Amino acid sequence: MSTDALALPRTEPASRPVVASLHEWVTTVDHKRLGILYMMYAMVFLLIAGIEATVIRIQLIRPYNDFVSPQVFNRLFTMHGTTMIFFVVMPFLFGFANYLIPLMLGARDMAFPRLNAFSFWMTAFGGLLLYFSLVGANGLYGAGNAPDVGWFAYAPLTSRTFSVGHSTDFWTLALLVSGFGSIGTAINIVATVLCMRCPGMTLAKMPLFAWLNLVMAGLVILCISPLTAAQIMLVVDRYLGGHFFDTQAGGSAVIWMHFFWVFGHPEVYVLVLPAFAFVSEIIPVFSRKPIFGYSVMVGATVAIGFISMSVWAHHMFTVGMSSAANNFFVISTMAIAVPTGIKIFNWLATMWGGKIEFKTPMLFCIAFLFQFLIAGLTGIMQGAAPFDWHLGSSYFVVAHFHYVIVGGIVFALFAAFYYWFPKMSGKTYSETLGRLHFWLFIIGFHLTFDFMHIPGLLGMPRRIYTYEPGRGWDTWNFIVTIGVFFQAAGILVFLGNLAWSYFRGTAAGSDPWDAWTLEWSTNSPPPAYNFASIPVVKSRRPLWDLKHPADPDWNYE
Amino acid sequence: MAAFADAASPLSPTNIFAPASTPAKSIFELSLFVLAVTGAIFLVVFTLLFYSIVRFRKRANDDGREPPQVYGSNQVELAWTIIPILIVVALFMATARVIAVVQGTPPPSTAIEVTAIGHQFWWEYHYPALGIVTANELHVPVSDPAHPSPTFIKLLSADTDHSFWVPRLGGKTDLIPNHPNRMWIDPQQTGVYLGQCAQYCGTQHAKMLLRIYVQSKEDFDRWIQQQRQPAFVDDAVSQGQRIFETTACINCHTVSGTVADGRFGPDLTHLMSRDTIAAGAALNTPDNLRRWILNPNAIKPGSLMPAMESNDQELDALTAYLETLR
Repeated sequence: MSTDALALPRTEPASRPVVASLHEWVTTVDHKRLGILYMMYAMVFLLIAGIEATVIRIQLIRPYNDFVSPQVFNRLFTMHGTTMIFFVVMPFLFGFANYLIPLMLGARDMAFPRLNAFSFWMTAFGGLLLYFSLVGANGLYGAGNAPDVGWFAYAPLTSRTFSVGHSTDFWTLALLVSGFGSIGTAINIVATVLCMRCPGMTLAKMPLFAWLNLVMAGLVILCISPLTAAQIMLVVDRYLGGHFFDTQAGGSAVIWMHFFWVFGHPEVYVLVLPAFAFVSEIIPVFSRKPIFGYSVMVGATVAIGFISMSVWAHHMFTVGMSSAANNFFVISTMAIAVPTGIKIFNWLATMWGGKIEFKTPMLFCIAFLFQFLIAGLTGIMQGAAPFDWHLGSSYFVVAHFHYVIVGGIVFALFAAFYYWFPKMSGKTYSETLGRLHFWLFIIGFHLTFDFMHIPGLLGMPRRIYTYEPGRGWDTWNFIVTIGVFFQAAGILVFLGNLAWSYFRGTAAGSDPWDAWTLEWSTNSPPPAYNFASIPVVKSRRPLWDLKHPADPDWNYE
Repeated sequence: MAAFADAASPLSPTNIFAPASTPAKSIFELSLFVLAVTGAIFLVVFTLLFYSIVRFRKRANDDGREPPQVYGSNQVELAWTIIPILIVVALFMATARVIAVVQGTPPPSTAIEVTAIGHQFWWEYHYPALGIVTANELHVPVSDPAHPSPTFIKLLSADTDHSFWVPRLGGKTDLIPNHPNRMWIDPQQTGVYLGQCAQYCGTQHAKMLLRIYVQSKEDFDRWIQQQRQPAFVDDAVSQGQRIFETTACINCHTVSGTVADGRFGPDLTHLMSRDTIAAGAALNTPDNLRRWILNPNAIKPGSLMPAMESNDQELDALTAYLETLR
């Protein structure tokens, strides 16, 4: 039985005036449109934050360079970090979660469509607020001034003594506002996964994608809350005479660090669990095998969720904690390597004995596996607290977390873009441009982030706008900067591919990858109501069962 | 600057893999162990990944049938759960040992006590037992492993967070207001060891450099004697001294024995005993000193020292006065 039998005949929408169409996008509560809005919005900020990164790297290409002033440099790395975490990676991941979760669960929308729209617009407003600082931060004086306190904004640099003007307030309010958006989306994801599954889909028969996003959403609720609380305390300090973090009045700088990293470390898993979700869907399809050890994968995900809440102070090994506290955070940090390792082994075992097809999404997934392995291992190095007394706050840690976020999460995001582009647009992308993008980006990535570890080992701290010659850092910084241009070229090819394919690509059909989850059983792009009739499933791979009626999965699960 | 060339590793004067002090050496040994373990894990997993993408790729002559569908195996899962747990336990034990060595060592009676205070964007040093105050260039005696004379440094901050990192002597420890910290070093080779502030502390974080002068016992004692002298007075530069003492200079700087007793900037009593100015940002030459007084932002944009807007004649006099503070 072919899956096309399930798909509805395509109906061409009548063309409407642009304004009417825009109005529909702005007022939409459809999870697919909101998903796409999240992604378009993230794409804009990706370009902005990418340009910021490029300027940072040009400044550091040689010692004593004076491409930008220290003031501008400090704003650039603050804006780059804040933008990439809160307004690029999170919206991309929320966009995919929004678009795919109802489709994968056989539902017609998220549990709370209007909360969904509210959350998106809060996040969007947060991003705009952050960048409005460029024109509004000094208010009456006219001169714009972006935040320059670093993306983790350690106290007391954020106090009014050291951060005059309003740039820090824009940073605070941007995160506060977008934080409400994130919590709204997270509540929506939890409710959708728990309540909106189609008949037959027990929790144990959900796609791993839904499981990983469920745990991610739980983490968002737990970790954004302390961040929001800390931002409110900071506002109280700055405007209402509070002394939470005001060290000159007996406040504590260390409390801010705890608040921030209690958010900041689970946040890493908020970002990486959806990346795991993409990889867990894509690797099986291109290996032509079911995911190896489904229940263990679920267990490892939940374990990561729990452990990730107890590792935050490994960001603080250098702040002078007691040796008992240091030991606790060493063991909890290393413990998280176990469930993460289990995941890597299960992905490998899924590929093992399969028939691997190297389409663009799979190329990005394989690169993800390779790079995430290295990122995990450099993470273990930093988990050994004494080693971290060197590596922390050096360029090594900058290389490490870019390995996680770019080498891991962004590669998985690209895999997801190529894999679900046919579903979202109804068109096939160009495989040639996809491969070109892959090779440019992976060469650039490794030039930049492999070599970035070395100056860290040679004593180069992060966040310095310049450095003196004779420290042995010059060559490495040069190579690191060159890599940026390859990555930028890769991104341009990616955007070109999306645009070209959208307008010129051939029709993709409902199931171009011969895949197994429910989103491939409906049209590409899916109609507003997703499914003509709500599907009923009996196993984790409903489309496998349809395609192999003689040998369905439910016999083995 | 040539002083550190002989002592440095060929790669960098701030190479963490060229330790010259017990804390740095303990970390170095741990790092070799961790690198060996993670390197071995990398080789195993990379080999598996590489083998599977080569061996299990879809062949050109593929028959179009699905491969055998395997759903999992509890034995295999158990194996790759237990082995990593054992590795984690081993890594933790090795780590805990080094934490104990570095954090748990009490100061011996022969230890030198120093208080380091981080400022935007320079370092203030006190030797409470010796009655010395200096800035930016820390002098410590070499420590003979047989008769150790380590230096224990109390870390304070006058404003924002900073971090003290001289990679060849030890790991970094932060200087946080209202949160006194402590670290120790026992450098076993004389020479100049470089480092810099490793926690973003404001505009000029980049040029907040650290220099530690490790001296033989005799040289160190000589340095102490010299630092304890009151400021040198020379009538030939009384014009410069008068300008110094009647302008804003004394709001921030101390020259002992004179009216200058400011605390916001570095103590200048023995300015000329230092190789560098502006926290290591420039060599201490008459030219640089003059440029610095004229416009600190030219050397260190964002420095908190205001430009004095002196005329040429005043600048010459001021520089000549400062030149006598040896």
